[in-house]
Formats: sequence, C-alpha cells, structure tokens
Amino acid sequence: MSRNETIFDIGAPGRRAAAQQQPDGDVANLPADCLRQTPPALAEVSELQAVRHYTNLSARNFAIDRQFYPLGSCTMKYNPRGAHRAASLPGFLNRHPLAPDALSQGFLSCLHDLQETLKTVTGMAAVSLTPMAGAQGEFAGVAMIRACHDAGGDGERREIIVPTAAHGTNPATATMCGCTVREVAVGADGDVEMENLKAAVGQHTAGIMLTNPSTCGVFERRILEIAAVVHDAGGLLYYDGANLNAILGKVRPGDMGFDVLHLNLHKTFATPHGGGGPGAGPVAVNERLLPFLPTPFVEREQDSAGGWRYRFLDADKRPESIGRLSAFMGNAGILLRALAYARMLGRDGLRRVGEYATLNANYLMARLRDAGFELAYPERRASHEFIVTFRHEAKTLGVTAMDFAKRLLDYGFHAPTTYFPLLVAECFLIEPTETETKEELDAFVDALVCIREEAQRDPERVRSAPHSLPVSRLDEVKAARELDLAYHATARRGR
Amino acid sequence: MPFIPHTPDDVRAMLAAIGATSIDELFDEIEPALKSADFSAIDDAVEEMTMLAEMAARAHRDETGPCFAGAGCYDHHIPAAVWDIAGRGEFLTAYTPYQAEASQGTLQTVYEYQSMMAALTGMEVSNASVYDGGSALGEAVLMAVRANRKSALRRDVSTHRVAVAGACHPLYLRAAANIVRNQGIELTQTGFGTDGRADLDALAAPEPPVAVVVQQPNFFGLIEPVDEVARWARANHALLIAVVNPTALALLAPPGEWGEDGADIVCGDGQPLGIPMASGGPSFGFICTRRRHVRQLPGRIVGRTVDRDGRTGYTLTLQAREQHIRRGKATSNICTNQGLLVTAATIYLALMGAAGLRRAATRCHARTRDMVCALTAIDSVRERFDGPFFHERVIDVGQPADAVAATVAATGIVGGVSLGRFFPELANCLLVCATEKRTDAEIAAFREALAGALGR
Repeated sequence: MSRNETIFDIGAPGRRAAAQQQPDGDVANLPADCLRQTPPALAEVSELQAVRHYTNLSARNFAIDRQFYPLGSCTMKYNPRGAHRAASLPGFLNRHPLAPDALSQGFLSCLHDLQETLKTVTGMAAVSLTPMAGAQGEFAGVAMIRACHDAGGDGERREIIVPTAAHGTNPATATMCGCTVREVAVGADGDVEMENLKAAVGQHTAGIMLTNPSTCGVFERRILEIAAVVHDAGGLLYYDGANLNAILGKVRPGDMGFDVLHLNLHKTFATPHGGGGPGAGPVAVNERLLPFLPTPFVEREQDSAGGWRYRFLDADKRPESIGRLSAFMGNAGILLRALAYARMLGRDGLRRVGEYATLNANYLMARLRDAGFELAYPERRASHEFIVTFRHEAKTLGVTAMDFAKRLLDYGFHAPTTYFPLLVAECFLIEPTETETKEELDAFVDALVCIREEAQRDPERVRSAPHSLPVSRLDEVKAARELDLAYHATARRGR
Repeated sequence: MPFIPHTPDDVRAMLAAIGATSIDELFDEIEPALKSADFSAIDDAVEEMTMLAEMAARAHRDETGPCFAGAGCYDHHIPAAVWDIAGRGEFLTAYTPYQAEASQGTLQTVYEYQSMMAALTGMEVSNASVYDGGSALGEAVLMAVRANRKSALRRDVSTHRVAVAGACHPLYLRAAANIVRNQGIELTQTGFGTDGRADLDALAAPEPPVAVVVQQPNFFGLIEPVDEVARWARANHALLIAVVNPTALALLAPPGEWGEDGADIVCGDGQPLGIPMASGGPSFGFICTRRRHVRQLPGRIVGRTVDRDGRTGYTLTLQAREQHIRRGKATSNICTNQGLLVTAATIYLALMGAAGLRRAATRCHARTRDMVCALTAIDSVRERFDGPFFHERVIDVGQPADAVAATVAATGIVGGVSLGRFFPELANCLLVCATEKRTDAEIAAFREALAGALGR
C-alpha cells in the first residue's frame, strides 16, 4: 500500500479468487450477436490480495470509530453496533422487496413502529419513510408543497424562499421541483431579517425552507412570526431536519408551525454515514399535506382475532400522492437501524439527545471563546453547533480556516465544516454531538491552541499541513483540468 | 445514559465553564410555549440485549424458503469477504470524503469503482452512485435533457419528451416519472410488441423524442434488439439511455458497443454486485456516460491527481456541478449517496473479476432454464413470450396469478412476482427468476408448490 497501487496494478492475467472457481453455465441458446466479445477489464487478483488491498485502504480513512468528527450540520455521533447487528439479521437481509405482505409482517411492523416514533418526535400527523437521503426528503417535501398548491387551484405559486445561510441542497431541490429560488437575508444576530422576508412573500410564494436551529448554529427565535408571515401570504413551511438533533426532545417542528419536514436518520438517529451514504430522509406532514405523502408507507388494521395486520399502501390507494421516488420502499436497512436506536434510547434517552448535544456545543464554544478564538455570534447561545471565525488569524498571520482544518488532521481530529455557511468569513461550523466526552472536547481545544501557537511561530508549518497523512494537499486544479476518472481510460491513453 | 458519556461531575464542570446553572438554561432563547415536546407515546428504553431479541423475533417471522422473485432485486451469493471488509468501522463510520487527505481509502475505492463500472458498461466515466435504479433512471433522463439543450443539432424535436422502448421496469418508470415531472418532462411508454420486446415503429409518434430509454435484458428477462434501438436513436438524433443489469454485462454486449455508436448514458441498480436484497435498500444506482457528457453527470465524481510532493492521490472533482457549490444551478440536489454499497460492490467485483462475474451470469441463465423446464412441465403452465432470455422469464399459469402466488407463499416459497399489478393483460402471469444459488431440490419444491396451487 505504501506503493499506492490500485487493485488493477496488483493483478496478473489468469489469477483467480475463490469466488471465481465455479464452472461456467451453458449459454448455447443465446444468440451470438447479443454476447459480449471482450471481457470487461476488471482486476484479476487472489482473494487475499483483494482482502489485503481494501483493508489497507480502509486504514487510510478517518472514521468516527477512530477520530472525533466535529462536523457542523453533519451530526457525526457514535453509531451503535447493536443497531447495526439488528439490521443485519438474516430475516431482514434476505427479504425480497416484492415479497408478499403475508411473509413480511415482521419487517412491516418495524416500519410502522418507526413511522409512529417519528410522528411523535416531530409532532406531525403522518410519516413516509421512503426518501433515501435528506435531499430526496427535501425533493418529496417541495413536490408535496407544489402538489398541494396545484390541487387548490393555486398553480402560480412556484417560488421557494430560502435564507442565505441555507444548505445548498435547499435551492437545488427547489430547482429540481421546477420552482424558482428567492433568497432572504440573515441578520447580524443570525436570525432571518423579518422585513426582508415580509417583502419577499406574495402571491407567487409556494413556501419557505428553513433549518432551525439554523446553519448559523442558533435557534431562529422569531419562528412563530415567520410561520405567520408565510402562512398569511398563502405559503407553506418546510423544515429541513438537518439540525433536529439540537432540539430533539425539547421543541417539535410541528409545534413551530411547519407543514412538512424531513429527518436525516444518518444524523439524528445515529445510523452510519458509510463514507458518503446510505442515509435515509423520511418525510413527515401535517393534515393538510397528508394526501400527497410519497408512497409506499405502512398501515395496519386489526384482524378478527385482535392481532395487527400490516400492509404497504401504494399510489393506487392514494390518488393525490406524489408517488414513489425509488423502485422499492427506500433504504430499509437504515430505517431498521434507526428503530433499534430509538428503542435503546427510549422516551427519556431521546429527550436527552438534544440536551447533551447542546451542553457539549455550549461548553466547547465557551472553552474556545476563553482561549481567545472569535465567535461569529458571541451574544447567542450555541444550539448543537456554533461558528468560530479565523478572519483575524487569516489577516494577521496569513493562516486561513482551511489551514487550521488541515493541521487539525495531523492532531488526529477530523476538521469541522469549513467555509460554511457562506456568510461568515474564514469560518468553522463546529458540532461536537452528545456522544463525545468532556476529555475529547478539551483535547480538541488544546489542539486548536497549539495550532495557533504554531501559526504565530512558523506559519508555513500550518499552511503546508497535513504532514502526517498518506498524502499532503492535493492538486485539485489538475484533478479538474486533466480529468482522470477511471483507470482504464488512463491506460487507453497510452499509459 | 445510553451512548452519552457524561458523569454528574462532567456536567457540573461544563455548566460552570459555560456560566449556566442547568442544562435547561441553555434553551432560554426558545419561547417557553414551544418547549412542550410530548414524548409520552414513546416506550421506555430497553437494553441492547432486549432490543436484539425483539428485533430477532420480528426478523425471524419474515424468514422464507427459497426466493424465485427477481424484478430488479436478486438473491445472488455474496462472497464472505465482501461485507467483512466493507463493514469495517473505517469504511462504515467515515463521512463523505470532503477532507481528501483524511479520506484516501474511500476516495481510491470510489475511483476503482468508477473504473470497474466504466469497463463493465463500455462507457468512459461513472459517477460515485445515486440512490437506486429507479432514481438513477430519473437522473439519467434529466441529464439527457440537459445534454440536449447544449446541442445545437437538436432544434427540430420535442425537448421535453423521452420515449421508453419496450418493457422497462415499471417501478423504475414510476419513480423516474415522479422525479422528472416537475420539470415538465414527459416519459412516454411506447409499449411492447406481442413478443414482449421493443416496438421500434411506436417510438417516433407523435414527434421524435429527445432521448430513448431501453432496458437490457428487459423487465420480462428478454434480450432486446438493442443494436436496432441504438441505430434508431442515432438516425433520429435522440440520445440513448440504457438501463442494464450489471451481472448480465459480463455476458451480454456492453451498451458502449450497441449499434455503431453505442449508448450515451447507462444506468441501473448495483444490487446484484454483492448487496443483500434487504427489502430493496440500501442498494445503489449507477450512472455511466461518455466523456463529452461528464459535466452533465449528477452526484459526486472522484478524480486521480497528485499531492504537493508529487504522490498520487484522489479527490472529489468537478464539484462545480454540485449543490454545495452551485446551489440552485446544480445538476442535481443529490448530496448523500450510497457510498458504503459502492465500497461493497467494488470489493465484490475485485473478488469476482470478469471470469467470476461471467460464471455467475451463465449459471443464473442455466438455472433459470432448468426452472422454466420444470415449471412448464405442469399442465396449463407455459412461457408467455418466446425469444432468448437472461435469468428471468414470464410464465402464464392460466388463472389469476395473484392468488396463485399467495398460495405458493403459504408454503414459504417466494414464487416470483405476479404481473397483474403492472400489466392488466398479464394478470395470469408470474415473473420468475433463478439465480446461481437455487438448487435442483429448491426448483423441484417450487414446481410442487406451484402445481399444488394450480390444483394439478
């Protein structure tokens, strides 16, 4: 691995892994002209070579199991192994997606329980578990808002309002749903500018997409007023659940006036991120949007013996539904992990999530403030995350937030979210989550203090970080200009 | 407290550092009236042991006999090493590889995945995955419409109609239609001929489409005349979107070689590549394309480059297509994809190689032939369509298949998918599949269960 070879470099023609040893089947009755003439250029390696190669690759990753990941708006909390074990039970793994309901009562009952749990924690009327990630949940939500206006003869409403601090998925989702985006400003205190919002709403307003607490790491204090302004203008409120972890057990989106929302189970419900997915983005709605909920979802009814019979409800029974968004029912394995997690936390454990996530964030914020780092919103409480800005260090030392981030990697910490939200210069968005110890948070503060001292003493040391990882900073310009996206494409160019 | 490590001393010290007297005080910016979250409907916590016992009891209820259903999700053997390695905490609990230096494991794996998918499909580039086969088709359709907008050649045709040739997976079509509808794009199904395959004459009406979708093998398992579809698309200035099964690609001509010019976009579901059926998810969707369309690809793409010291390294690239940079002008809103499943598929393809994948494909084909022979030996059971097939077949059981499938299910066997819910004219038909895992004894048991259900 030190030689940094790909799987293709370590193979040899004719070498076989154990998985390749079975005999060929007979294909004599397939017409020759539909057959492949040249085998695909895949690697030819032994089983040990493959196992060693990918095990060694795994060691070149940071992961929650190895490092603290204070990534703002990503909620990188511990992923309980028990939940992983539960979702990996053979009866769940081997279920065919189109198996009849009669052979699926165990799985369907799990989905039903999770729907009920999510209804309770969000304060909404109904849940569909089918969206496969937060962005697909957003898509479902905006598509429902659009369908609701269309059903009410209000098809002119095609404008989605998003605050300037919003995640990029919000405006991208609005576009995918055929809507236009209208941005509203965020004030110096981190809250939406009310006058700006009042000027933005009108007869074209389909709705507003809001994250609360916002990506500024503060709770949007005028949320009830915002809800009234948008509702009075005929629009609907979409809650982006990216930051639900901050208020789990304290405040429910349904109580704040939201009409529709998604949850990121890979954040709030502790399912693993997998190096970029899978996630799950269930959507929840109030009564008004109920008819449009994406399918399928689970219903139950009592049979004559008093037992529950569970079944999928599909679009044929829900004529106004926006329909299905994937071939089957969603990321079932992630949903099962979320249910297992909720079961182990229970009522009191779920309430504690928001409390201790907020405690950790406010503690870390206080420690960094006391250590002399500049907070973006010093007058505000942190939610489960907060923003530090390095504009002073960037100006006086020539060491940027990105430099601090890369140097943190050398200290064994994953970098916080950098340069987001866009409206704070040279920023870190820091989210410690509730599963980290005080000792880990203290060590993180110590590391940042050390790096600042290094930056004063030897700024180049920080600017050229990381120094201890498998690679140093990568040439991203070359990556984009001289696209090398596949090994064989390179080989064909005469490598 | 489950998964929360704080001792009472920790809490006291932390509150003191903050200057607060209680945790509740940290929520003092929130209006009191809002802080009434009622969780009384949620049960008390149970410990891991009890949770696992509860879940095991539910999972056990759903354990079935052999599975003869396919329809986009297949019961293949998964080499033991695949999930032993993919399930390592270093892959499982890593974040999206935005910090490239700390994510070389995931990034190089995705680069290898992109290389393998390009080789399998005969395309030049692949993205790092989308959600599943159905959403992949939706994204492929949006991509084709965008690519077409860039092309000056294409002024004469409808820019919002995409035609589907033959029997494409009906659930893919529903998902795709729901995804593209809000952008004013219409997916027109041109239907299938009496032989169950694409009817080229139906494609052009009422006006030439911007793109043509064809699935190989098609939803019924039949081999489509893809060379002719590709030539039609070329002649009519339509982009060609291929929906393919990756296992079949070890055996069948890759879309890059269809007709004279090949397909423009290739998509499908990666579940056959080492992913458990697991109720249909998580698996992953793949999208591959020509180099000239790479800027229209949705989702993440990994590129190989060098670091400051000249060492080879990998990084996310072309991010100016993506939502976190382009916001409202991005090619898609996708952010989180199906990364872990891509890792598993990469390991699966490394272990299988071209020879192993071909053997899995040919053995599926042979097993399905054996199964069809066994089932059609029952009086009143016949093949619905002639013509060559890969590893699925439509059989006509001579009476409503819903009830037949339910009776077979009572024996614990998942006896295929009844087709009436998708195609009313096929209400007496089952779509059946036998993978390399199905044994002679299981096929005999299926035959017996089906004969019993038919009263034979």
